[in-house]
This record gives sequence, structure tokens and C-alpha cells, in this order.
Amino acid sequence: MKLTKNYQYSIVALLAFAIFLVLANSFFDAFTLRVFNLCAIYVILALSLNLLNGFTGLFSLGHSGFMAVGAYVCALLTMPPELKEMNYFLVPIVPFLKNLTLPFIPALLLGGLAAAFVGFLIGAPVLRLKDDYLAIATLGFSEIIRVLITNAQTITNGAQGLKGLPRFATTYAVWITAGLVTLFMALLMRSSYGRAMKAVRDDELAAEAMGVNVFKVKVTSFTVSSFIAGVGGALLGHMITTIDPKMFTFLLTFNILLIVVLGGTGSISGSVIAAIVVTILMEALRFLDEPMNLIFFRTAGLPGLRMVVFSLMLMIVVIFRQRGLMGGKEFSWDMLRNAGAVLARLGRKIRPRKGGRNA
Amino acid sequence: MTLALFLQHIANALSLGSLYALIAIGYTMVYGILRLINFAHGDVFMLGAYVAFYGTALLALPWWASLILAIACTSLFGIGLEKVAYRPLRDSPKISIMISAIGASYLIENLAVLLFGGRPKGVEVPELMGHVVNFGSVSIVVVSLVIPVFTFILLAILLWIVHKTKTGMAMRAVSTDVEAARLMAVDVNGIVSFTFGIGSLLAAFGGILWSFKYPQLNPLMGVLPGLKCFIAAVIGGIGSIGGAVLGGFLLGIIEILTVALLPTLSGYRDAFAFVLLIVVLLVKPTGLLGKRQTEKV
Repeated sequence: MKLTKNYQYSIVALLAFAIFLVLANSFFDAFTLRVFNLCAIYVILALSLNLLNGFTGLFSLGHSGFMAVGAYVCALLTMPPELKEMNYFLVPIVPFLKNLTLPFIPALLLGGLAAAFVGFLIGAPVLRLKDDYLAIATLGFSEIIRVLITNAQTITNGAQGLKGLPRFATTYAVWITAGLVTLFMALLMRSSYGRAMKAVRDDELAAEAMGVNVFKVKVTSFTVSSFIAGVGGALLGHMITTIDPKMFTFLLTFNILLIVVLGGTGSISGSVIAAIVVTILMEALRFLDEPMNLIFFRTAGLPGLRMVVFSLMLMIVVIFRQRGLMGGKEFSWDMLRNAGAVLARLGRKIRPRKGGRNA
Repeated sequence: MTLALFLQHIANALSLGSLYALIAIGYTMVYGILRLINFAHGDVFMLGAYVAFYGTALLALPWWASLILAIACTSLFGIGLEKVAYRPLRDSPKISIMISAIGASYLIENLAVLLFGGRPKGVEVPELMGHVVNFGSVSIVVVSLVIPVFTFILLAILLWIVHKTKTGMAMRAVSTDVEAARLMAVDVNGIVSFTFGIGSLLAAFGGILWSFKYPQLNPLMGVLPGLKCFIAAVIGGIGSIGGAVLGGFLLGIIEILTVALLPTLSGYRDAFAFVLLIVVLLVKPTGLLGKRQTEKV
């Protein structure tokens, strides 16, 4: 079989990225590497939210709750007994969890499954609601999860959180997971399940009339999205190596929502690109919060300016370009080629031609 | 529990409930007209409290003057917010408007951190409000008595506006059917601005009274009350003013009394509202006083 040119490009790009990954892992300093890995985690989280918001049309604001479930379950399963004893100095941990230790990958999957299970339990009643009611109810559930985690001291260590988790989320672990999730999403959207989800998003009544089981599609989408969010949360916990209930507030969901909206709701490649760009910007723009020297005057530190910039960005995109960066389309080499052609045409127009009238 | 203590809790519950009711009315009015959750409403509440604080602290105004100043500024701000963040999106999908509202809410919070500083500020409570009165063995801070009174006066004025004036009739018309109202020569944009103005005014009132009761300000102080009051509005049946008041009181009373009667649950206090919300939504999705709407194809 002869591969088309586009496939060849894709393979080359993938190989180049793999090489970049190896190089990054060995040459980046600790901070850069951490930001780079955070990109992958945000790719995972953005895709999982996009599955709901962009592809199934369910506006959920409860993502941080599912991440918290995934992160806690995974962390409790990977922590060795000595570490647990060190963490639970106020109230001892329940005996059942005390000596339970699993390797990272099963723990990660169990974290995701736990989040999916919670998502399923929550989804079954909540998905009868629509639009803004759904948003508020999911937000409510994520708050409830957070309050429960804060108060269940014998299991979660309450507000102290868990510290010193083993750093299992290495560069390869997070980027391979991100790659798998992206692949899964791409395949899902080509399958009949994905088409059913899009049909539900575009017109629920029409989808129902065409024989799509709307409620089942919604619950499936919600559960799968919770699973991915749980895995993302678990990876986040094992990268930062500390988790506590304060981490999983609405702000986290807001960041993910920002990525999904900027990238374009309903675009996988849009989410991937936006996740990487926004994560890097979030770190790169940290200087905004610090004292600046603007030649003419020095500003004192302005903590909060960075988030002002991000909220402004979100509002400008929503008001002026609702469809985000990719606008529901996917990246393809043809798109790049077309863009190149357009640029070339523009360039020809601007540059006066030899022997033209102007010469 | 002694009777005195119980009465004390009831007084607390009523004042908290009336604060919730004041803010919930703003949500319900905006939702009734635009079918939009004004996520930034809690932040408008915060702004009201801050402007009043600066009025007394920087401009050295008496507290009632800074109250008027705060209310004026906040109403204008609410009207401006609608013009900038919501009007351009009025015909877009619901999700876009909601994202814009969330963005606006974050923008206001972060601007507040930038301008007012992230450190909490202590409010100087006017002597009149901070006074403690004793009824037998029950001692109540004056502000706890003032809040319900204020709420009822404002509520009476609001109900009069909505049900007896021409503007109120226009508001009801817009909330029933925007297009039909426009055909009847109702100035829809004007009515929406008016609604936002009134909602923000009530939020500012709520914010200032809140800061007298809990005398500490921080830029994120509006988030949790905002969410809870939205929930109160949903519980009561969003779109109905009576429902918002009912929901507000219900929430305030449940929150205070559960913690008072079952102190072991106090850690879960912030979750009550959400649990109540979910139960109500599942049993009666349109809220206690809401009307059922059928979906038209």
C-alpha cells in the first residue's frame, strides 16, 4: 500500500515529536520540564472537558471534582505505608487502606475508574437537567466532593492533604497518556458513538427522532469524560507530588474551560494546541505579577494581573470569535498547505512584480 | 438547648436568610428576563461592599452617604457589565453567554485583587449597627435586626415596581416573550438595563449589610454567597421574585439551624446549599414556585 503524502507528513511529525520528547527529557532543566509535562496534563483535561462541552453539548462545570476523586484514589493506592503514617499524624488512616500499595499503572486506572463511577452516579440523575441547570448542578457536585474530601479525615487526611507522593508522572508517562487520550478521542469521534454525541449536541429532539438514545449517550459521554478527568487529576497529583482539597476548586475548572473555549469547542486539535499554548503562557506571563521595569517607570508587583489578562482573553474570544482558534475544525496538513498558499498569494500581491507597471 | 439560645439562632438565621434573599432577587430578575445566570452577580455584591468601604475609609463620608455612593456606582457598573459582556451575545448559544458570564466574574475578581489588594480588609461597623440590644437573655446585634427590615422594605418597593408601574409591566412582558414585547413597542434594551441596575442595586445593599454583619472584605467574598444565592433562586423557582425570597430564607434557616442543632455537621455547612439544590432539582426541576415550561419544537 502506498502511503499518501499526508500520512508521510504525520509520521515524520510524530517521529520528530518523539525525538523532541527524548531530548526534552534529558536536556530541559527541572522547571521547564515541569511546565512541558503540565502541558500534557492540560491536554488530557481539556480533551475530557471538550468531550462534554464541545462534542456532546453538555455544559458541565464539575470537572475539578472528578479530578479530585481520581487524584485521591490514585494517591492513596500508590503511597507506601511509611509515607501514609507520616502524612496522617493528626488522625490515623483507616486500617483498610493502611498497607494497601499498588504499582502506578493499576492505581492510575483505578483512579480513573473511581472518577468514572462517581461520574456515572452523578450523571444519571443530573443529566436530566439542561444547560444552565446542568452547569450549576455539576458545579454543586464538585463542591460537595471537595467538602466531603475535606471532612473525611480518616481517608483523605482532610485539609492537610497528602504530601510527598512518589513522582510517577514522568515526561514519558504524561505524554504517552496524552497521546493515547488524543488518539482515543479521534477514534471516538469517527465512530458511531461519536456521531451520536454530535447529533445530541446539534439537536436533541432530532437525534431522538433518528433513534439515538439521548440519555444513554449523555451518560456515556459524562462517564468517559469523568474517567479521563480522573486520570488527568491522578497524573497532576503525581507530578506536583502534593494534593489537597484546595487545589480542586472552581479555578481549576475555569482554567480548563479557558483552554477548551480558546481552542474551539468541538475541536480535538484545537484543545491540544490551546492546552500547550495556555499552559506555557500561564508560566511565561508570571512576570506580570512581579515588579516590572518599564524604562520610564517601575511598577510595584501587581499580583493578579496575570489572571486579569487570562480572563480578558477568554471574554474577548467569546465575544468576538465564539468558535475559538480552530472553530470546530480539525488540524490537517491540507489546512496548513492552504494557509501557505494564501500567504504566498498575499506576498505576491504586496511585492510589486518585476516588469510590472510600477517598475 | 435553651429557648434563649434557640431564639438567638432564629434571629441569626433570619438575618442571613434576608441577605441571601436580597442577592437571590438579582439572579432571579436577570434570569427571568434574559434566561442567563449572571455569574458575576456575586462579584457585583463584592464591589458594593468595597465601594462603601472606600467611601468611609478614604473619602471620610458618613456611612449612609457611602452607602448611597456604593449603590449608585454598583448599579451603573451592573448596567455597563450587561452592555459589554452580555448584549453582544444575546442571540448566541446559551453556552457562549454563560462562558462570557464566567469570564466576566473572573475578570472582576482579579481586577479587584489588582486594585484593592488580596489582603482582607477590616470594615469599621457604624456604631448604630454594631450596637447590641438585650431582650431578656437574648442579645442581638442591631444589624441582624436591621437586615430583615431593610429586606422587606426593598422587597415591597420592588414588588410595587414590578406589579404596579408601567416599567414593571414592560419587564414582565419582556420576560414572557421578548419578540412580542418588542412588537408592542417595549424598549427591550432599556428594560434589560433597568433590570440589571435594580439587581445590582440589591446586590450592593446586600454586600454592604453583609460587611456590617461579617466585617471583613476580600476580593473573593462574593463567590460563595453568590453561588448560594443563585441556588436559593433556583430552589424557589428561578424567575419568580417570591420564590427567590422563599429560597433565600429557606437556605439561611437550614444552614444556621443545622449547624446549631447538629454541630458535628458544621464542616459540611457549605455543602448544604448544593445538596438542597440537587434534591430540589431532581424532585421539582423548576423550583418550589416555578412554572413548568414545555419545550417547543
